[in-house]
Amino acid sequence: MINPVSRNIFRMFVLVLFQVLVLNNIQVCGYINPYMYVLFILLLPFETPRWLLLISGFVIGISIDLFVNTPGMHTSATVFMAFLRPYVLKILRPHDEYKSGSYPRLYYYGFTWFLKYSLVLVFLHHTFLFYVEAFRMTFFFHTMLRVLLSTLFSVFLIVLSQFIIYRKQK
Amino acid sequence: MRNLLRIIIAYHFQILFVILEVISIFLLLNQNDFQKARFLNITHNITGRVYKKINNTTAYLTLKKINYRLAEENTKLKNILERTYRSDEIFFFGESDSLHHQHYFYTSAKVINQTVNKQHNFLTLNKGSNVGIRPEMGVVSRDGVIGIVVSVSKQFSTVISLLNLDFRVSAKLAKNNYFGSLHWDGKDYRKVKLDEIPYHIDVNKGDTVVTSGYSSIFPEGIIIGTVCTSEVKGGNFYEIEVDLSIDFKSLVYIEVISNLQREEQIELEELSND
Repeated sequence: MINPVSRNIFRMFVLVLFQVLVLNNIQVCGYINPYMYVLFILLLPFETPRWLLLISGFVIGISIDLFVNTPGMHTSATVFMAFLRPYVLKILRPHDEYKSGSYPRLYYYGFTWFLKYSLVLVFLHHTFLFYVEAFRMTFFFHTMLRVLLSTLFSVFLIVLSQFIIYRKQK
Repeated sequence: MRNLLRIIIAYHFQILFVILEVISIFLLLNQNDFQKARFLNITHNITGRVYKKINNTTAYLTLKKINYRLAEENTKLKNILERTYRSDEIFFFGESDSLHHQHYFYTSAKVINQTVNKQHNFLTLNKGSNVGIRPEMGVVSRDGVIGIVVSVSKQFSTVISLLNLDFRVSAKLAKNNYFGSLHWDGKDYRKVKLDEIPYHIDVNKGDTVVTSGYSSIFPEGIIIGTVCTSEVKGGNFYEIEVDLSIDFKSLVYIEVISNLQREEQIELEELSND
């Protein structure tokens, strides 16, 4: 079995490439702009040290930024999201604690839990990202609409990917 | 030192978050033109406000100096004004001049003495025959009719005021051109009487009264005042009280009107009277 570190690094590469090559070319109605690369942060193991969480958020954010040529925009949003991940996990903790050896995935904690988990974090990430992108309060509701629609689409893709990729394991 | 280290270790997550976030925001503001422009715009707004406040405060400190300079300038301007109006320059404006037949000729002058509280009031102007003022010229201001020149010297002229029991002028209602005779009853310096308006005419409060232009002294349509009260008194005519539009107590600069075709008109009228 490949060790978790290299598996995560491999996943990061795949997600960045998928985001840059495929998803960035999708823009429906001028509103829907899915950002699926945040899946990387979502899927990091529970045991990940928190500083590593932030660093990984920074790294994946800046690699997206370098491709899109918006230095700092995705970085700040992803770091923000990585920062909030431990707190969200704490709030969404199931009755019995997170089991050791498990991962924050649909397979281990069920569809509802994963949906909530990804919905909250993706929404936070998108809110930060879109408001930084707009960088003004004038179009507050317009930006909010973009946030909501993109969040829905991103979460849809993320959940879908979980069904497709991890069904076979175990 | 150890405590500091302990704090850093205890809060390493938050501290690292702040550091990374600061780095990315720094990148964002420096590398993205739009965000950079917006950021500068916002900060300039804030600093601009601060500068404005400071400027407002410092302006107070220099007020004394500014006041002094303004007073100085005012004095200078007043002197210029004085020279201008005391001088014998003529200010005139054309009227009814459609075919090079200028009908009226205006000369500006300043009131240097006047009374309003007698029964026979007169004004004295600072210009006389040396600038072409002659007896029987009309005197008006922007607000209305003032009177008629009665006598002139070289430098000065006296004007019989509208507020004089001997003064009569032909006036009409602006809305329907019915004309009558206007005179003062010697009571209130703000009110005059208009007679000889036939009683079948509809007269309302607020109707404008203007000169009729029949007297060959005043042009037609110079405002006199507005109707205050009107009542029919024994006979076929209204007795109308008119509020003067001009305030005789605040006269300064006025205009003397000379009718350039007056001689011709009077000559003709006398010819037909004979």
